[in-house]
Amino acid sequence: MFTNFFLELRQAKVPVSIKEYLALMEAMDKGVADYSVDDFYFLSRSVLVKDERNLDKFDKVFGHVFKGLEAVPGEGVAAEIPEEWLRKLAEKLLTEEEKKQIEAMGGWEKLMETLKKRLEEQQKRHQGGSKWIGTAGTSPFGAYGFNPEGVRIGQDKNREGRAVKVWDKREYKNLDDTVEIGTRNIKIALRRLRKFAREGAETELDMPDTIRSTARNAGYLDIKMVAERRNKIKLLILFDIGGSMDAHIRVCEELFSAARSEFKHLEFFYFHNCLYEKLWKDNRRRHVDTYPTAQALHTFPSDYKVIFVGDASMSPYEIAYPGGSVEHWNEEAGQAWIQRVTDTWRSTVWLNPVPERHWSYTPSIQLLKQLMGDRMYPLTLGGLDSAMKELNK
Amino acid sequence: MKFAGTDSYVASDDLRVAVNAAIALQRPLLIKGEPGTGKTVLAHEVAKALNAPLIEWHIKSTTKAQQGLYEYDAVSRLRDSQLGDERVKNIANYIKRGKLWEAFTSKERPVLLIDEIDKADIEFPNDLLLELDRMEFYVYETQEVVKAAQRPVVMITSNNEKELPDAFLRRCFFHYIRFPDRETMTQIVDVHFPGLQRNLLREALNVFYDIREVPGLKKKPSTSELLDWLKLLMVEDMSPDQLRSKDAKQLIPPLHGALLKNEQDVHLFERLAFMARREQRQ
Ligand SMILES: Nc1ncnc2c1ncn2[C@@H]1O[C@H](COP(=O)(O)OP(=O)(O)OP(=O)(O)O)[C@@H](O)[C@H]1O
Ligand SMILES: [Mg+2]
Repeated sequence: MFTNFFLELRQAKVPVSIKEYLALMEAMDKGVADYSVDDFYFLSRSVLVKDERNLDKFDKVFGHVFKGLEAVPGEGVAAEIPEEWLRKLAEKLLTEEEKKQIEAMGGWEKLMETLKKRLEEQQKRHQGGSKWIGTAGTSPFGAYGFNPEGVRIGQDKNREGRAVKVWDKREYKNLDDTVEIGTRNIKIALRRLRKFAREGAETELDMPDTIRSTARNAGYLDIKMVAERRNKIKLLILFDIGGSMDAHIRVCEELFSAARSEFKHLEFFYFHNCLYEKLWKDNRRRHVDTYPTAQALHTFPSDYKVIFVGDASMSPYEIAYPGGSVEHWNEEAGQAWIQRVTDTWRSTVWLNPVPERHWSYTPSIQLLKQLMGDRMYPLTLGGLDSAMKELNK
Repeated sequence: MKFAGTDSYVASDDLRVAVNAAIALQRPLLIKGEPGTGKTVLAHEVAKALNAPLIEWHIKSTTKAQQGLYEYDAVSRLRDSQLGDERVKNIANYIKRGKLWEAFTSKERPVLLIDEIDKADIEFPNDLLLELDRMEFYVYETQEVVKAAQRPVVMITSNNEKELPDAFLRRCFFHYIRFPDRETMTQIVDVHFPGLQRNLLREALNVFYDIREVPGLKKKPSTSELLDWLKLLMVEDMSPDQLRSKDAKQLIPPLHGALLKNEQDVHLFERLAFMARREQRQ
């Protein structure tokens, strides 16, 4: 049952390792779960899930694997009760003497069987009400030392408001796609793009200089400090937005948030399909609030590194001819603007979310790749890595 | 040692189980959740409930893992050597103990809070793996091993600014503090302001949860803002009616500055209120 649980979690892409498995076993052993199903659910969630984006997946798997615990009316209630768990639980609660008594009664198998029957009976009696087993008295479970509160299966009647199956409510649903996912790897790739320079308050000991000046000082210490090293790279990112780019919005957001946290000097603008005379910063206001591309060319010094992010998928006219844009009348061809960019900023690359194997079938991709002097890279970790190497040259 | 919430902190059942699992299995507990949902305070409360000393390590963008272990102040030592200070003979005089060291050598089993771990460099958690796993480290300068006599209860908070490495996550238990629903929020408020008028609280919560629903807010008000706002409402002696008022002129709740701290959000809110008012007039 437990192994099943793990396999299903892994199938559902919840990353659980043997380490977590063992931790859960250990926790059960130490009695952290208090022998109630809710507690078991909370415990396993806390041990197995490390990221709120996976909580929903976890709940689904839990609900599925431990279906018996929710006692579907009419179905064999106890069919899916995690036997190992009950067994462990019983072991915990019974004294040596009681264990012997159970043996006499027919052993664990017998106990489990009785337990299942009891569950079914209760199910019939209460029709979805509270599902307690062995509420003391003459029940064999009470007699054999089960905690008088018994095994709580499903809802605890005394705690109104907390529904039967916490995991079935799946409250974590919309957390499943925050932008941050996957950005760690992107950040690591972006780290290739680093140039350190010292600036700010002098907080570090400058060893060579200290030794030099101390020697000059006839052995009397002359301490020299320097400022900490910081990443000095300046970055300008130009994002293609809308239309066919909608399919790639996620990876663009990831790249954007990763870059934002990695680079202090980061500028960005949007464009659509191909670069023309206007850029903008806010897509909702793109028709009113624009920023002349010419101004960007003058404003950001040539030591800026420039990254285009776009699928470069359009009609070749949009690149090669004046008036080719699908959205407005462009006086100059898109390629003239691309040319200006590569002339102004020596370090320029294009990141393309379209898989590289499709590039050769799209003429506009070929065209832009050529205009970029071949510096177009797929927007994958590998591509990012190569692009950063190129920018570092 | 078991944690069951305190009289000043409302702990949901799932949080309680997570905390106790971390204590029992001696694993670090990673806590995430919206800002202001009681992540930092939790460590204080756990320490209080366990009657354990609390050692707080607040992480900044420049914090290095090594600083949590110890720092060797070579510069002071050099200086002292020039001045002929006796202390200079013992290198141990120049070892500055970090928070982990402090926690490992604490007389009683302490609670160690590593607050806002995501502020640091993304390699920071990796640099602490071994130390948190084994609860020991080696001091090169003095050639000693600092080993935890009793493994501290380690609580780590994150605001999700950076993703944490998998190897680090595997070693932690995890709890995500869900934003409190009305019922829980009422309990939390009760803990802070036991005598609060029921009607006022009800109206205030209506306004509060409505504001959280406003689309496009940069920073939704959370528990801490609600508590601040309630305090102001009490100080100003507001009546429930003043909050309930569906009067068009009063769409902006009184003292809303305590709830919306971001200028853009205040503007957005005022604009929405303005539009709503115009609609009502038509
Ligand atoms: N469950 C709770 N019980 C009692 N008080 C709470 C609870 N949750 C939050 N609070 C109150 O809310 C305030 C904010 O809590 P805290 O500073 O711990 O939040 P945080 O999650 O660490 O926020 P940040 O992410 O901004 O650091 C505190 O005053 C705390 O007392
Ligand atoms: Mg905090």
